[in-house]
Amino acid sequence: MRAKVEIFYKDSVFDPQGSTICQSLKRLGFHTVKEVRMGKVIDVELESSSPRAAQQELENMCKKLLANPVIESYKIILGETATT
Amino acid sequence: MKVGVITYPGSNCDDDAVYTLQETCGWQTDRLWHKDTPSLSEYKLLVLPGGFSYGDYLRCGAMAALSPIMENVKAFADAGGYVLGICNGFQVLCEAGLLPGALAKNDSLRFVCKDVDLKVETNDSPWTNFLKAGDTLSLPIAHGDGRYIIEESDFAQMRGRHQILLTYQNNPNGSAFDVAGVCNEKKNVFGLMPHPERASDLRSRNGMGVWRSIQSVLEKA
Repeated sequence: MRAKVEIFYKDSVFDPQGSTICQSLKRLGFHTVKEVRMGKVIDVELESSSPRAAQQELENMCKKLLANPVIESYKIILGETATT
Repeated sequence: MKVGVITYPGSNCDDDAVYTLQETCGWQTDRLWHKDTPSLSEYKLLVLPGGFSYGDYLRCGAMAALSPIMENVKAFADAGGYVLGICNGFQVLCEAGLLPGALAKNDSLRFVCKDVDLKVETNDSPWTNFLKAGDTLSLPIAHGDGRYIIEESDFAQMRGRHQILLTYQNNPNGSAFDVAGVCNEKKNVFGLMPHPERASDLRSRNGMGVWRSIQSVLEKA
């Protein structure tokens, strides 16, 4: 099974990369841009018995390593891949 | 007195720490490799040095926090052993759950390498007892991910328990509440972004205040 994990700084934590990208986009004339947040995507291939088991396993991975709950939030998207 | 410095792949201040502990402080200093799991009971102090362990992959300190030696370090700290994390070592201690909070990218996005003025928040700790509360301590920093993040309620509680040991006078990285160095509730684990081991010999000796503080505690122990 394939899954994608998206990790971002929590809304309460200032994201300097997103903010810099936002300014640059505005400088390029994209005046519709209001806010940019930059995160990371982790693509995982796993052998799980069910989507539910995979979800549970990925939750544990996020808690133990992939994300730091003090500063980051995460989203697990099953069946998707970041690369093609 | 025997102390240990742990090297991870990508540590680059381990030599500075060993030099300071051995030559300047005069303590017998062992180098410990992150993949080994030696008995740590003979050590009075463990130092997690600065650098870029595992190339800062995923998050600074995240991989090193899972190194084999860390289970022993946790047991050592749980038993009251003294552990000091400098710069990347501070990040490792936060990632390992030995210290509260976390370190994020500097708000300027710049790698900041300069001397900064710190305020000694309290001398009620094994790490600052040789210093005076309110005093200015100038130490070098060199980091890109030194923005300390902590919830306001947790910060208030930590400040009340004298766990906030050092703050920046001119915040160089966006750290919450100007925090530069914190200890755990038992005060035997201390982490800070500035480098006392780089200020204990030729350029300046300001870092000696930290070593003298912990020395008096270790010699009594």
